[in-house]
Amino acid sequence: MIEINPRYCKSCGYCIRFCPKKVLAMGDERNRRGYFYPVTANAGACISCGICASVCPEAAITLPGKGECDNG
Amino acid sequence: MGEKRFMKGNEAIAEAAVRGGCRFFAGYPITPQNEIPEYLSWRLPEVGGVYVQGESEVASVNMVYGAAAMGTRSMTSSSGPGISLKAEGISYLAAAMLPALIVNISRGGPGLGSIQPAQSDYLQATKALGHGGFHCMVFAPNSAQEAVDIVYDAWEYAERDRNPVLVLMDGCLGNIMEEVELPPMKERTDADIPEWSLSRRNGRDYQGNITPIYTEPILEGINMMAGEMYKQWEEDDVKVEEFMTEDAEYIVVAYGIASRVSKEAVLTLREKGVKIGLIRPITLFPFPKASLRDLDYSRVKGIIDVEMTIPAQMREDIELQVMGRCPVYEYGRSGGCLLDDDGVLEAIEEIIAGGNDE
Amino acid sequence: MTEYSRASLLADAPSGYCPGCLHSLATKLIAEVIDDLGQQDNSLNVISVGCSALNILYWGGDFLSVAHGRAPAAATGIKRTNPERLVFAYQGDGDLAAIGLAEIMSAANRGENFTVIFANNQTYGMTGGQMAPTTLIGQKTTTTVYGRDPATTGYPLKMCELISTLEAPRYVARFALNSPKGVNDARKGIKKAFEIQLAGKGFTFVELLTNCPTNWKLSPLDTLEYMNTNTIPYFRPGVYKDTEADAE
Repeated sequence: MIEINPRYCKSCGYCIRFCPKKVLAMGDERNRRGYFYPVTANAGACISCGICASVCPEAAITLPGKGECDNG
Repeated sequence: MGEKRFMKGNEAIAEAAVRGGCRFFAGYPITPQNEIPEYLSWRLPEVGGVYVQGESEVASVNMVYGAAAMGTRSMTSSSGPGISLKAEGISYLAAAMLPALIVNISRGGPGLGSIQPAQSDYLQATKALGHGGFHCMVFAPNSAQEAVDIVYDAWEYAERDRNPVLVLMDGCLGNIMEEVELPPMKERTDADIPEWSLSRRNGRDYQGNITPIYTEPILEGINMMAGEMYKQWEEDDVKVEEFMTEDAEYIVVAYGIASRVSKEAVLTLREKGVKIGLIRPITLFPFPKASLRDLDYSRVKGIIDVEMTIPAQMREDIELQVMGRCPVYEYGRSGGCLLDDDGVLEAIEEIIAGGNDE
Repeated sequence: MTEYSRASLLADAPSGYCPGCLHSLATKLIAEVIDDLGQQDNSLNVISVGCSALNILYWGGDFLSVAHGRAPAAATGIKRTNPERLVFAYQGDGDLAAIGLAEIMSAANRGENFTVIFANNQTYGMTGGQMAPTTLIGQKTTTTVYGRDPATTGYPLKMCELISTLEAPRYVARFALNSPKGVNDARKGIKKAFEIQLAGKGFTFVELLTNCPTNWKLSPLDTLEYMNTNTIPYFRPGVYKDTEADAE
């Protein structure tokens, strides 16, 4: 499952645009710098393909390793 | 006892640099310094060093910037036009606090000027080698031997100050062949690589960065430190030769090749009973202010600035110390026309005879 | 299940780049490849002048910030004296293709054993959007307000094509960062370039088509579309030279 770290997000929307399963949607909360950041609106559909993390310019999205959640 | 050789000035400098620890040179062809890159192109690889002929002087000084950032003793050489092209790079070396040796074998200027020798880059060297108000220590040897001694130890100053050093000579001294005694090769290992450098060979295991751009308060701090450094140079590092000045009524001020011609004139005039001496700046920056400021002006009747450039470029630095306490005269040749014994002698005699206004 | 973590050489703070800026993505890709190759302590980033210089406050590895256009020259001084290091120059189009054109062509022609990563967004972003050597014909900038006119400004420079005509370069490729496939291809291309360098085989060049929402006056998402319709047709992504592959 993906993890979004709002701190780095600048609301560019690339993750939402390229998610093949339409998991993400722009949230209505802002981070400390005033940017809306995405939320997993459709979490069940996530196939952990990692495209969102790959296209994120700010490395704000991470996927933990297999099974346990080892890195933030 | 070093190794005695009969060498051309330019080649003596190149060998002295290698023995002084230089292991990187980048340069570009320009008369009258060509023997320096030519010599180093085969000599540096012999000692595990690197020689690169850059596509321009601009590229060359930036190659030096890169190698210097790694703690490698690095050098470039050129003549006036090339030093102008390197001005930006030298300013970056100063801003990034990187040691390096810059050599200018100067020629007739401005512009493409002439490929014959001249001392037309004094102001460039001592006032503004580049933008931003920084200074380099500027050494002006007047012989192949002195050039060897200065270049051999140039990186001791550069690394002490983390600042580039300039050696200013002219086409005469670059091409003169003289006997030189070469000091031994300085043995250096990875342990000598400065801690501040980006090299990891000295065991550094933390992130390092070197930058010529800072946030404003930090840059202001760096400028303040530089100001203190320049004052320190003035106190500790001035080098000057004072020849027969104790009882002199007239004093010639000249550096580099002009000082050799002037010394001949001083000796000739002394034989004629004229009380004349020579002050020869060896460091042009820091300028030997005290030598001129503390003269006994009740005795000194005139000071003659002899330079191989017209108009004289060192004159204002002299006048700043003389402060009007006696007349300051100038005599010079320029554009690649050389000073000669007779010319200097006649000019001084005419000045002494009073026929020459200031 | 892909594992994906934040590259170790990225600072623990947001980058200085504008929202959606692909410079930031390019920087991330480089950091990711360096992690993959375990080269964190051995890497050395030669940072140029322009928006690329925002990496001064973002890059966590060793770096040297150099004068505008001179990164390939400084990298030459670094790599020649420290051949064991992974050295790469990260430059924008103004830095590389305008003021630094002699430096890049000469370094490539000397076959210097380092990598140049060229972020091409067809504008001088840092200084407010002036025409760059790669600005497209007809593209409006603050110095071509009616659109770039080749009659007075010539044509956008194709750096991969130019460099691939040289004998010495080993790998020359262009990727567009406006799609997941482009990003993945770019990551592989950067890795290949670094591997060729680490094997001591010579000069490698990776051009990354990037964007500039601020100066293109487009939203981040619209820039990606603009790249499809305008940038990519002119700057065709692909591998322009690969002496490894040719050898097989």
